[in-house]
Amino acid sequence: MYAFTYNRASGLRQATNLLGSLDDPKLLAGGQTLLPTMKQRLASPANIVDLNMIEGIADIELKGRSVVIGAMARHAEVANSPIVQQNIPALAYLAGLIGDPAVRHRGTIGGSVANNDPNADYPAACLGLGATIITTKRKIAADEFFKGLFETALEGDEIITKISFPVAKKAGYYKFRNQASRFALVGVFVAKRPSEIRVAVTGAGGSGVFRVTSFEEALKKRFSPKSLDGLTVPANGLAGDIHGSAEYRAHLIGVCAKRALEAADK
Amino acid sequence: MPTVSMTVNGKLVKADVDPRTLLVQFFRENLRLTGTHVGCDTSQCGACVVHVNGKAVKSCTALALGFDGAEITTIEGLANGTQLHPMQEAFREHHGLQCGFCTPGMIMTAVDIVNRKGNNLEEHTIREELEGNICRCTGYHNIVKAIGAGAKNMGKAGGATQAAE
Repeated sequence: MYAFTYNRASGLRQATNLLGSLDDPKLLAGGQTLLPTMKQRLASPANIVDLNMIEGIADIELKGRSVVIGAMARHAEVANSPIVQQNIPALAYLAGLIGDPAVRHRGTIGGSVANNDPNADYPAACLGLGATIITTKRKIAADEFFKGLFETALEGDEIITKISFPVAKKAGYYKFRNQASRFALVGVFVAKRPSEIRVAVTGAGGSGVFRVTSFEEALKKRFSPKSLDGLTVPANGLAGDIHGSAEYRAHLIGVCAKRALEAADK
Repeated sequence: MPTVSMTVNGKLVKADVDPRTLLVQFFRENLRLTGTHVGCDTSQCGACVVHVNGKAVKSCTALALGFDGAEITTIEGLANGTQLHPMQEAFREHHGLQCGFCTPGMIMTAVDIVNRKGNNLEEHTIREELEGNICRCTGYHNIVKAIGAGAKNMGKAGGATQAAE
């Protein structure tokens, strides 16, 4: 790890000021991606701004017809929250699949969403449920938030404070894991909302999480695995690497989407 | 250098540390508590698992400075004097180890599983819950057996976990 200066933020305003005034700052949430990256010297921020001591940004509540989750809520807290389990069980299930139990005790939803790893689980839930990312500056629709590999709409001095997930009529997630990393080789989140149907894919996109509009159209008639029979996703533009070719991932999207739909019906 | 203070195994400790100091380095190098191991250093293997405020955490993927004011239990804090913790005793009884390198992390994770899932653990649950702990000798069979037995004995011992935490 390269040397850095450690800054402990006591509140969001102070954290924002530090981001604006310090040289080359980086926010530290759960640290389950940032710290390994720094250890490998793939990241070398001059300043770390630790968000862990800020109070009141990890609450989980039901507000109207939305589940609102504080950015510093740990994966284990989301997975075990009765509010999430009762209102969006697919989201609680997804949180329980991230990493391993010890990683879930530290990793945060805000950190995961801000990092926008192309193989992470939460971006699929955000896009699949039509979530709103709430920051210190504004509210950003998930459709506008994820901009590419590890890229988001966040500005340099902007901090995610909450994520608001509208409660869906039905929702399901299916993850085909990379056996070594436990990240999604392909993960598909499906949701039936009062106004629309969403199918969001993580792990397979050449530029991160994306929606499959052809699947969404087909599911309008009937929200069932059968509606996807005979439909495929083109491999063109998908990610391919030593873990799986683009063609393999394209096939898995169809399989995972059907299984997510089965899960949504339970 | 900035200062950090925390409670480790019931004892308040304080030190000036380089910001880069990992929590596991703080235990091993500052406190000379070398029971917590570094296996992979990439948060895969779980040899470095300790309990932070009662929850299992990989201490190789944590900055010591981030844990100011935390209550921490390492493998050294489990036993009650010369009397082994029921989970340690179960690992001894069932020979839940070969080389022993992963054992501290396995035991800390095992106690965490019991804290979260209770004293009657299905074999399948134990295997699923151990996904963040790697035994390079692949001695999983006896580890799983030991955790099942240790979990039951923790129930009988009544409050042993609470005392240790």
